[in-house]
Amino acid sequence: MSKELITLNMNGEVREVAIPPHKLLIDVLREDLGLTGTKRGCDDSSCGACAVLVDGTPVLACVALAASYAECRITTVEGIAPVGGLHPVQSSYGEAGGSQCGFCTPGFMISIKSLLDRNPNPSLDEIRDALASNFCRCTGYMQIYDSVRLAMQRMKERTAVGAGG
Amino acid sequence: MADFNLIGKSMPMVESPGKVTGLGKYADDLAVAGMLYGRILHSPHAHARIRAINTAKAEALPGVKAVATGKDAPTPYGILPIGHDECVFTVDKARYIGDNVAAVAATSPEIAEQALDLIEVDYEVLPAFTDPEKSMEAEERYWLHTERPNNIEKEYHHQFGDVDAAFAECAHVREQRYFAGEVNHAAMEPHSTLAIWEPDNRLTVYSSTQVPYYLHRTIAAVCEMPMSQIRVIKPLIGGGFGGKSEIIPIEIAAAVLAKKARRPVKITYTREEVFFAHRGRPRTIVDLKVGITREGRIHAVAARVVQDGGAYCGYGPVTVLYSGALLGALYDIPNVKYDGFRVLTNKPACGAMRGHGTVNVRFAFEAMLDQLAEDAGIDPVEIRRRNLLHAPCITVNGLRVTSYGLPECIEKSAAQGGWAEKKGKLPRGKGVGFACSHYVSGAANPIIRSNMPHTTVNMKIDRDGAVTVFTGASEIGQGSDTLHVQLAAEVLGVRPERVKLVAADTELTPIDLGSYSSRVTFMAGNACLEAAKNMRQQIFDAVARKYKVPAEALEARDEKIVASQNGKPFEISFDEAVIAAIEFYGALVSRGAYTPPEESRGGRHKGAGVGPSPSYSYSAQVAEVTVDEETGQVTVDRIVAAHDCGRALNPLTVDGQVIGSVYMGMGQAMQEEMVWNGARLMNPTFLEYRIPSTLETPPIESIIVESIDPEGPFGAKEAGEGSLAATIPAIANAIYDAVGVRITSLPITPEKVLEALIEKRKREQTKAGGNGKAGAR
Repeated sequence: MSKELITLNMNGEVREVAIPPHKLLIDVLREDLGLTGTKRGCDDSSCGACAVLVDGTPVLACVALAASYAECRITTVEGIAPVGGLHPVQSSYGEAGGSQCGFCTPGFMISIKSLLDRNPNPSLDEIRDALASNFCRCTGYMQIYDSVRLAMQRMKERTAVGAGG
Repeated sequence: MADFNLIGKSMPMVESPGKVTGLGKYADDLAVAGMLYGRILHSPHAHARIRAINTAKAEALPGVKAVATGKDAPTPYGILPIGHDECVFTVDKARYIGDNVAAVAATSPEIAEQALDLIEVDYEVLPAFTDPEKSMEAEERYWLHTERPNNIEKEYHHQFGDVDAAFAECAHVREQRYFAGEVNHAAMEPHSTLAIWEPDNRLTVYSSTQVPYYLHRTIAAVCEMPMSQIRVIKPLIGGGFGGKSEIIPIEIAAAVLAKKARRPVKITYTREEVFFAHRGRPRTIVDLKVGITREGRIHAVAARVVQDGGAYCGYGPVTVLYSGALLGALYDIPNVKYDGFRVLTNKPACGAMRGHGTVNVRFAFEAMLDQLAEDAGIDPVEIRRRNLLHAPCITVNGLRVTSYGLPECIEKSAAQGGWAEKKGKLPRGKGVGFACSHYVSGAANPIIRSNMPHTTVNMKIDRDGAVTVFTGASEIGQGSDTLHVQLAAEVLGVRPERVKLVAADTELTPIDLGSYSSRVTFMAGNACLEAAKNMRQQIFDAVARKYKVPAEALEARDEKIVASQNGKPFEISFDEAVIAAIEFYGALVSRGAYTPPEESRGGRHKGAGVGPSPSYSYSAQVAEVTVDEETGQVTVDRIVAAHDCGRALNPLTVDGQVIGSVYMGMGQAMQEEMVWNGARLMNPTFLEYRIPSTLETPPIESIIVESIDPEGPFGAKEAGEGSLAATIPAIANAIYDAVGVRITSLPITPEKVLEALIEKRKREQTKAGGNGKAGAR
């Protein structure tokens, strides 16, 4: 099978992969780049577990051809915080019970980060709408909303501290 | 009660850092050098004798390293000792569309997929049976399993009290057929197994399992290897809900292929294959008859339950027994009759799913109780108050009840849900409904009869001061790991960060029966508690010996060992105490085990083994709905759920379990159903098998009720399943309050509601004027 050399801007690093042109982004992430945080829950873009950010916008990697993203900035769950640290979206998620089995969590991390980057102060309805394409089978979503609200608060505090300093 | 350091305080799940960063590993995230990719060939026929299989072309394909068929693993297995009726690859005939026929291991998934197409199977197609009532009439030559006459997997008939006489004494009697569609766990993680053939001819298996011990046994039996040569490791699990609580074909297939290829083999299901493997809640027909006295006391109950079990036994007999055993045990009911049938059909096998066996029957019962309350002119909440058990007690079918927080659940949910202000008083199209449920805190009798404890937990402390807990219990997202850390840290008086967990690795951890029937908090929790107490005693004894303080006076708290007896205070750090103890004994080790007490194991009638538990949880809920009378569309607006979990060791995770249970119940009530066209599943994807998203999920409020069970760890009992069953009837009853129709079939689709509304209008027109509630508004 013929392969092409593709350059991907992955979590701030330039990565080269030799892949067949039809290879899906999720498989390149999981098999070629060892970024297994991006999960496959459904195969058909219905569950949201494979969401990644492409130039800041959530894209479902299970229906995306990797080769078409060669010029883009791709961020996976592994890349939303500096190595060894946690983004407020992540730390609040554990504390408020957003994650139970955790399999959908990477997709939620991506959707929540994207939401709060766009709108630092979403209403409950806006949170609900923004997360409508991510399925969670464990939590019934209530503690996910709690997590988002905690993250909002943390991010505001961080901005305030940043502005003050 | 003593004040606690950690118990009763919310603690984030200990494994959450790995989950929020994406660095934690689930089975499909694992890869090892030389790993092959496995794919399974599934039957395209619902019922077909396999005359011959030719794998020569597949084997000849470059990159194919092993092809396995039924001949390679002919030993039948099954989760129950009475139900060893499936082979990893069927040896005689395929029994459902998706049944496992053969498998391939190859150097890439593409080659494996290509090889499947090269396997030639000669099928003789047989008539398929997809309706349980018709399946019971099948000709002998078409029975799914020759040893199961009339395609009946199991039937049970129980009678407690004199039901016929009791019905004659009732003031109000109702009879009704209820129906519940088939549902799937739909855990977000598709099943995955990595089996590694080790150079010393051992087998290491990483698998998405809720039951590593049963998997360990089954791999040994099918691969014809001693258990001592096999190691089963449970990595992170992306949800189970029962779908990973028996042996799934993928797990054995990977092991068989790895053994044959002498290489590591990983297989991961597609979502469609998850639906083939299934083991979900069966399509169920419930013919229910309930009678009450004038005072609203439930006097007689008779139920005939038919479960469409699919092609293999699985947990089937247990499911049908739970349906009967828990039918009459939520309330004080003197006369109960139960006839349960588990029927084989040519569809994927059903099994255990959250609220195992109780859910569909509880829907029927609570819906009928609502109707009977109306017949008797009694408020639905009040009728439940009049039928309470008085713990400690033994129910009519021999279940021992040690703690019973149902009364408090009823009062608190009714108050917070605004029952008194809302019932019958909301504007047209809006309504509230009430229902209760309960569940076991683990099964008092093991699946495989033995005198072995149901859980053993080991603990170790060495000079590094780390408290290492070795538990076989399986974290599946419910909080098992965190529970162990919390209990050990509480008893030893140390920070949770000091506790390290080694879990669910059969080479390192003692046997735990698994994460099913909500057994972990109660059983593994009690074992962990005992191990921690034994460890603490060793430390106290050593401190007493070295520092000449009476051991009875010592306490462990705040990272210290202290004596607070009158006289001079004594205090040393936990590290100093540990060093003292190690000087006497060497590295500290302790053990705890849990076996349910004899008195909790139930009666002596046939089938009495299923249903008994050392303790039961209770739930009461108020659901609020809006019904669009033009379209039949029901919107669930709010659910208030009170759950008696004994003691909330970790309120954060208890709330999460209760809300999650309610959510799943709401999904079954409103929108989830496996839709069949004959034997073909029409919606094996998340696009069409619709689990609720944020948009369909209403605000769910959890109220924790603590009855402090006398035998639970710090009084705790189950929290992960019991709430599910109350949600469905609470919603159905709310729909009646809103628009005056009783929906007796799940899921409650707009079509069913609209049809019921049209029939109701017709009835009212014939009655000229009518007196239905909604009509009167």
